[in-house]
Amino acid sequence: MDIQALRQDFPILKRQVNDNPLIYFDNAATTQKPRQVIDAIASFYENSNANVHRAIHTLSLEATDLYENSRQKIAEFINSKDWQEVVFVRGTTEAINLVAYSWGLSNLGKDDEVLVSLMEHHSNIVPWEITSKLKGFKIKYANVNSDGTLDYDDFESKFSKKTKIACLSHVSNVTGIINDVKRITKAAHDNGSLMLVDGAQSVPHLAVDVQDLDIDFLAFSGHKMLGPTGIGVLYGKKDVLQKMVPFQGGGEMIKEVSFNPGSGCSISWNDLPWKFEAGTPDICGAIGLAEAVKYLEALGMDQVLSHEKELTKYAVERLQECNNVVVHGSCDLSKKCGIIPFSVKGLSSHDVALICDNYGIMIRSGYHCAQPLHEQILKLQSSDRASFYIYNTKEEIDRFVEVLKEIGQQ
Amino acid sequence: MATIDDYVSRVEGTCGAEKDVIVVFKYDKKDEAITNILKKAQVKNKIAGIIFELTFQEFSFRLYTSGKAIFRSIKNRQELNNLLASLLL
Repeated sequence: MDIQALRQDFPILKRQVNDNPLIYFDNAATTQKPRQVIDAIASFYENSNANVHRAIHTLSLEATDLYENSRQKIAEFINSKDWQEVVFVRGTTEAINLVAYSWGLSNLGKDDEVLVSLMEHHSNIVPWEITSKLKGFKIKYANVNSDGTLDYDDFESKFSKKTKIACLSHVSNVTGIINDVKRITKAAHDNGSLMLVDGAQSVPHLAVDVQDLDIDFLAFSGHKMLGPTGIGVLYGKKDVLQKMVPFQGGGEMIKEVSFNPGSGCSISWNDLPWKFEAGTPDICGAIGLAEAVKYLEALGMDQVLSHEKELTKYAVERLQECNNVVVHGSCDLSKKCGIIPFSVKGLSSHDVALICDNYGIMIRSGYHCAQPLHEQILKLQSSDRASFYIYNTKEEIDRFVEVLKEIGQQ
Repeated sequence: MATIDDYVSRVEGTCGAEKDVIVVFKYDKKDEAITNILKKAQVKNKIAGIIFELTFQEFSFRLYTSGKAIFRSIKNRQELNNLLASLLL
């Protein structure tokens, strides 16, 4: 990849922050947007804006084509068998909530169990905790090793006949550890359980093939993969989605609402995937996400991952020069994406983030929405996180290390 | 008469066990806010020319030349408002 040429596509990278060139290392939180995505969004509003599906005028038909072609594009990107398996939602969080409420409330009871890991983002813990209070099912937490890798034996040993679904992040948003979801999916299916994968940190960074992984659900967000905020995807196997009841009610998700004065309304649900898309969807978001997918496909997901691994290797090596910096978790690049959690001795994570901000370097501090992982496994009050993407460079890492060294000298 | 709202753009509680509070000053008032604070608080340390470690009354905090400050051990919003009023006004 020609990174310098690629950087020209990202207008924001030209700006200064606190009188320094912007260095954006908070890509696990959200990514910057290329001109192509920004133009696609502007073009939709300038040329084709209308609501989708129900009207028969030209603009609505154009908008519907753009929206549904976006779905098709995204289905191909994750190698879904069928575009009907791609449900547009607001993001990963809403996708997991959709499964927890729509599938969970109908299929889980007091004798059932849901299996999750301790490395999950809160969005793959809290929806299950909320619905467990409603339905009385038990949540089992699989252990994580002290280096942040999944304890596979513990995860597999916690399956029981009561386990109805297993939920696991493909890539940890704190450590960047890549989990072998294919292995856990096989264990889930051997046990008769469904498998949900949080792909928020994997789909943007590596090739994800839902058929190869054989997972039942995949949740991911558009804004973490060059797309706009407010759009995300729930992939679900068609036969599983077909058996599920809608998550929300309203327009779009019904075929008929016929009123009978004696018995009230009789409602029939729309076909997949619209059964799960109540109300006017984020049409423009879907179009922007499809453009982001085109951008990533043109680069090649293998190239994306390779670039991030190269940056991560370089950053880990250079951070070892800083006596005041501790990198947390495994640094084994064969198991890791471009996320580096670290601390600076004697400083709180927020101090480090504010110092970096002073130099125009954007990093994250805190729990990164993974408090159980920090408290139970990493034994940290909080951490700093540098996370890389396609437009980051070794020169930016050099500057970052220079700043961290300067902090250490004070 | 000036108020702390004239200087403060946003107050954010931090994520993590530390429970620190970050105060972001309004961009066009940050230099004035920094000057006011430095007149009243005691400078314990200056780091890299961009960070001031300060104490004021029983509170310790860090002030950044980018226009942000991080306060520790603040009990509640009222205590923070009282502290900011003493420092800024």
